[in-house]
Amino acid sequence: MKPIIKVKNLSKQYRLGAIGTGTMKEDAQRWWYRIRGKEDPYQKIGESSDHRTNGNTDYVWAIKEINFEVMPGDILGIIGKNGAGKSTLLKILSKVTGPTIGSISYNGRIGSLLEVGTGFHPELTGRENIFLNGAILGMTNYEIRSNLDEIIDFSGCEKYIDTPVKRYSSGMAVRLGFAVAAHLDPEILVVDEVLAVGDAEFQKKAIGKMQDVSHNKGRTILFVSHNMASIQHLCKTGIVLENGRIVNQDEISKCINSYLGHNIKTTSRVIDSISYCHPKIKIDSILINEQESNSIRMGININKVKIVINGFLKEEKAISLELRIYDNNEIPLAFFSPGHKVGKIPVIQQGSFSLLYEMELPNNMNKGSYICDMYLTYPGQATWLTIPRAIYIEADGKSTETGMVFEYEKGAGFLFL
Amino acid sequence: MIEVEDEAIVDQEKETYAHSITPQNSLFDLRLAEIWRYRDLLMLFVRRDFVAKYKQTILGPIWFFIQPIFQTVVMAIVFGGMAGLSTDGAPPILFYLAGVTAWNYFANCLRATSNTFTANAGLFGKVYFPRAVTPLSVVISNLIQFGIGILLFLVMFIIFAFRGYELHPNSTLLLLPLLIVIMGFMGLGLGMLVSAMTTRYRDLQYLVEFGVQLLMYATPVILPLSAVPEKYKFIMLINPMTGVIETFKYGFLGIGTFSWGLLGYSAGFTIIVFLVGLMIFNRTEKNFMDTV
Repeated sequence: MKPIIKVKNLSKQYRLGAIGTGTMKEDAQRWWYRIRGKEDPYQKIGESSDHRTNGNTDYVWAIKEINFEVMPGDILGIIGKNGAGKSTLLKILSKVTGPTIGSISYNGRIGSLLEVGTGFHPELTGRENIFLNGAILGMTNYEIRSNLDEIIDFSGCEKYIDTPVKRYSSGMAVRLGFAVAAHLDPEILVVDEVLAVGDAEFQKKAIGKMQDVSHNKGRTILFVSHNMASIQHLCKTGIVLENGRIVNQDEISKCINSYLGHNIKTTSRVIDSISYCHPKIKIDSILINEQESNSIRMGININKVKIVINGFLKEEKAISLELRIYDNNEIPLAFFSPGHKVGKIPVIQQGSFSLLYEMELPNNMNKGSYICDMYLTYPGQATWLTIPRAIYIEADGKSTETGMVFEYEKGAGFLFL
Repeated sequence: MIEVEDEAIVDQEKETYAHSITPQNSLFDLRLAEIWRYRDLLMLFVRRDFVAKYKQTILGPIWFFIQPIFQTVVMAIVFGGMAGLSTDGAPPILFYLAGVTAWNYFANCLRATSNTFTANAGLFGKVYFPRAVTPLSVVISNLIQFGIGILLFLVMFIIFAFRGYELHPNSTLLLLPLLIVIMGFMGLGLGMLVSAMTTRYRDLQYLVEFGVQLLMYATPVILPLSAVPEKYKFIMLINPMTGVIETFKYGFLGIGTFSWGLLGYSAGFTIIVFLVGLMIFNRTEKNFMDTV
C-alpha cells in the first residue's frame, strides 16, 4: 500500500524578535538574491529551536529536515515537549502557513482541527454558526444539511440552537464546535490538542468519535496531545519531536517510552545523572545490583534492588536515602525511605563511606517500565544529593496461572508495592 | 548522477500524488477553481456580514439609506448652495446622490478588503480556505448595500422627474452592469494588493484610510469633469474612477462627458490591478501568518 501522506525534508524557519525593524533591508536582499537565482542568504543561518539556550542569530528552525510517511487508516500520534515543533508541523499540514523548505505530498482532502468553533460569529444563532463553521472547515452546504440533525444531537444544544451563540456558555460553544468538526469527513484529519477543553465525558465522546472515524471509515488521523493516556489509547504509530527534529519514529508505546524517558540513556552510569551534589560530599561510585549501569531488569524471583553508594565526606552528616518510583506517564507509584523504618537517621562520620541499601520490589510487579529518582537527604532539613531518573527499571511481569501477564501500559491490574 | 536520479523520483511522486504543499505558490496560478469550490462559504460570509452588521440596531437596514442621504444633503448645501459649484445643470441632490452612491461602493470595497489579512488573522491562523474568499465576500455584501443605494437613487430620480426637472436617461444606462463590475473589481484588486502588503508593513493601511477620502476629490463626485480647470484636468483623467463616475452620471442624468476611451482606460486598469492583486494576494496568503 502507498502512503497517503509523504513529508519530505520539511523545514520551517522563523525570525526572532519584533518583525518590522530592519526587515525592509533583508527583504530587498532576499529579493535581489532570488532574481539572480541564488540561494536565500538567510536560510543558511539559524539554529535548531532550543528555547533554553540563547542563540547567536535572529533566525531559528522551528522544524528541520522532517521526513515521515503515513499509511491510509493510520492514527499517528505526534509527541514532544513544548516548542518541539508539533504545532508548526500541524500548521504546515493544515496549510495555515507554508514550509520554508521541503514538501508534503498527499491524496484526498486534509481537514484540520486546530481549534474548535473557528469562525463562530457571536451574533449568529447556533444553527447559522453550524453552517458557517462547517463551510470554513471545508464542508459544502449539502454535506452540512444532510448531517444537521446529527450535529445538533451530538452537540446536545437542541434547545438553544436558534439562540445567538454569544448567549452560550463556553462549554456549549465548544460542544457545538466539536459537533461540527466531528462530522467533517476528509480523508486526512489533523487534530491539535482540542480535546483538552471539554469535560471528561466530552473527551471520551470525542475520542470515541475519532476512533470510529478511523476504524469504520478508514480515515487517517494525525493527532497531537500532551496527554499520553489519550495518545496511547488512540494512536497506532507515533513520532517524537525534539528541537524541531524527529528523534523517534515507531510504534506508539515505544515512542511514548522514548519521549518520557528521553533523559535516560539506559546504557549510562547512575553517577552520570547526578544533577546536584552538596559541596562537602564527594561521590565516587554508585552500584545497582553490583553494576554501575542505571538500567535493571526485574523478573520472576528477581525483585531485589541493592544500592551501594561509595564516597567521601568532608564533615559528618546525617544521611538517609529516598527513592521515588514513577510509571511511564510520570505518575508517582511508590516512595522508598529506609530511614523511616529505622526511625532514626544514621550519622555518617567524616572520611570515606560506603552506604548499602536494599529495596525489595513486589514479586508481582506488572510488566512495563518504571523510573526511579534517587535522593540522599537529611529529611525535612537538607538535600545532599539529587539524581533524577537515576534508575530505569524494566519489569518482565509475572504470569498468572492462566498464563496471562499483566501489563502496566494496558492498564490491567495493579502494581503492589 | 545521483542528482539526476533524485529528480526523476520527485517527478514520479508528483504524478502519483494529487496534492502537494510546497514553500511557495506559483505566481501565475490564480486558483479560481478552488475559490469556486468554496462558493458556499463565500455566500455564508456575505450573509454573516449583512446580518451581523445591523443586529441589535433599531433602524436595521434603514441605516443603508440614512448614510447616503445625509452625505448628499450636506454636499448639496455646502458645495451646491454655499460654494455654488457647477452640477452641469442637473438638480444638485440627484447629482451628488449619483456620485455618492457609486463612489461609496468603490470606497467601501477598497477600505474593507484592504485589511483582510490583519483583520482575519485569528481565523486564518486556525484553518485553511482560499483566502481570496474573504475579500470577495466583502465585495458581494457591499453589492447588496449598493443595490439599496441604487434603489434610493431611483426613487429620488422618479420624484424629480415628476416634478418636471429635465433628466435625460439614455442608452448608456445599459453599461451599468459593466460599471458595477469595474467598481467592484477595482476596489477588490486594489484592496487585495494593499492587504497583501500590509501584512509586513502596516503603513499602507493608514494611507488607505485617508487616501480614499482624498481620492474622492480627484473623482467627479463633487465637481463635474467639465468644471475642472484645464491645468488640473490631467489629475482627474489619470484617476481610473473618473470614467466610471462620469459614465454613471451621464447614463442617468444625461450630463457630463461620456467617452469610450475614458471607460476603456478604467476597464483596462481594473483588469490589470485585479490580476496583479489576486496573484500577490495568493502568494502572500501562504506565509502571512509569520509576519502579520
